[in-house]
Amino acid sequence: MLRFVLRRCALVVPSLLGLLVVTFLLIHAVPSDPAVAMAGDAATPEQIERLRKQYGLDRPIWEQFAVYIENVARLDFGESAFSRRPVALDIAQRLPATLELTFCALALSVLLGVPLGVVAALNHNAWPDYLLRIFSVLGIALAAFWVAIMLQLLFSMQLGWLPLRGDLASTMARPDPVTGFLVIDSLIAGRWDAFVDAVRHLALPAVTLSLGGLATIVRFTRAGVVDTLQQDFVFYERAMGYRWLRLVWIFVLRNSVTATVTQIGLLFGGLIAGGVVVESIFDWPGIGSYTVQAILTGDRQVMLAVTLLVGTVYAAVNILVDVLHGLLDPRLMERG
Amino acid sequence: MRPILAKLSRDVPAMLGLAIVVVVLLVAIFGPLLAPFPEDAAASHLTRRLRPPSADYLFGTDNLGRDIFSRVILGARGALAIALTVVLVAMLIGVPLGLLAGFRRGWLSETIMRVTDVVLAIPQLVLALALAQLMSPSLETAMLALSLTYWPFFTRIVYAETRRLSASLFVDALRGVGASTGRIVFLHILPNALSPVIVRATIGLGFTILVAAVLGFLGMGATPPAPDWGLTIAESRTYLPKAWWYATFPGLAILFTVMGFNLLGDGLRDLVDPRIRRSR
Repeated sequence: MLRFVLRRCALVVPSLLGLLVVTFLLIHAVPSDPAVAMAGDAATPEQIERLRKQYGLDRPIWEQFAVYIENVARLDFGESAFSRRPVALDIAQRLPATLELTFCALALSVLLGVPLGVVAALNHNAWPDYLLRIFSVLGIALAAFWVAIMLQLLFSMQLGWLPLRGDLASTMARPDPVTGFLVIDSLIAGRWDAFVDAVRHLALPAVTLSLGGLATIVRFTRAGVVDTLQQDFVFYERAMGYRWLRLVWIFVLRNSVTATVTQIGLLFGGLIAGGVVVESIFDWPGIGSYTVQAILTGDRQVMLAVTLLVGTVYAAVNILVDVLHGLLDPRLMERG
Repeated sequence: MRPILAKLSRDVPAMLGLAIVVVVLLVAIFGPLLAPFPEDAAASHLTRRLRPPSADYLFGTDNLGRDIFSRVILGARGALAIALTVVLVAMLIGVPLGLLAGFRRGWLSETIMRVTDVVLAIPQLVLALALAQLMSPSLETAMLALSLTYWPFFTRIVYAETRRLSASLFVDALRGVGASTGRIVFLHILPNALSPVIVRATIGLGFTILVAAVLGFLGMGATPPAPDWGLTIAESRTYLPKAWWYATFPGLAILFTVMGFNLLGDGLRDLVDPRIRRSR
């Protein structure tokens, strides 16, 4: 198992390097002068020239890339042209908010999606199944930014039940950062009021972000369970008088979720990328709104760093998925 | 061909998808004839600003008094044009690369497939947004950026199919009777690899409409006064919560269209590859 994980980790490095090469080339192939963008509108030609020297933008592209890789290896992602701070610092500060949102969305999708998928499979071709199939078709076709606006419209503007944007009311004192997750920090600080407020702020963006994943998970779980229910061992165990519900929720489910686990892995990367727009609509202080800002201002250092970050998360989650597959179905591990 | 169509016609969700796709196509083609106020693509009528839905204005009017129903209809052409162009360009890049990598062995094939893997790992939306913005935002750059991030899906599929087919008996037989490589690849392998490509393209059309709407929403695609669905939703945000209809109907149009392509794509996939059927 350990060897398997180590080998997979070793394989990640070249693919991340490849990812950087491609992104770097694509972003630098575009005809726009980063020095001009960085210097701002009021800059003199001398200032632009100095910036160009300072960031090595007057050198050939492969040399720039070599310098960039060297810096990245030291976890130095350069300076954001917009915030004038190191990109690594900005990202470190904003990452917890994004992770909090992503985990909540993922938890919602999995905790609702798997049981609903099983329910659909058990009621195969009856009305709960049809209902859930319609839902999963709709869920995948929904534009997240539109759902976000519709939810804001209904729950924040019309009904006034939930806050419109942000992660905490501006009048509320922030709990001391320990984990960076607002929900957990407020509990650690014993601040019940802050906890409730943080959860209320989290609700709409998390629900928005979870819908696509929920639909996918319902769909794959349903397909897996429908397949497994037709296997001989199910008939046998049933005939032997095994308790039906226990059989379904433990043995059938375990044999059905391989494809679902793969999808959850794919979703995680998708959630971080998909969060980009949702975060900016809800003013969520995470990586997503930072990325939108960086893109709108043409901030290349941030674009590169975010691409690398998402790529790394993606690779890490894929390794995790393979390990989970091995645990769920040891036969896969033997095949390598 | 006939049994395939008969099978497809028994698949209710797929037929629903097909019906939606046909409706959207017709609306895209005949939009200016169908819209009650075709001049509202650009005109403005300040006397009837922000009217709620009524018999005259089914979906209400926007901040410039334009009929939203007409604009939703007129927006279909743009959405489909973007999606078709993007998927077509992505196919033109992806399919030849897949054929080349699949039929040739060695370093060229390896390089193509490694690059494909890498591009697939890049967060598509982020890269497309970044490219669109850096190339000065316009509809053309948005389409180019989306194509540049979508081709690897086609390369993967065509590569796998080509590998499978070039190891099959009939290709050996063709070689035996002296068929040229070009003949084998273009007349025998390509047509056989085409059905999964069509499936992917159908699903890709729905997906591209979604991503293009995001680009429009962020102001990186269509420019005002174009009746683009994503752009309209962005414009509506200033007038919420009063003008709920302003944001609602363009979003429903996106949902309807994307759902049509997805349902049709699923149905086609079931036909091509019965092993991964979603229901039996």
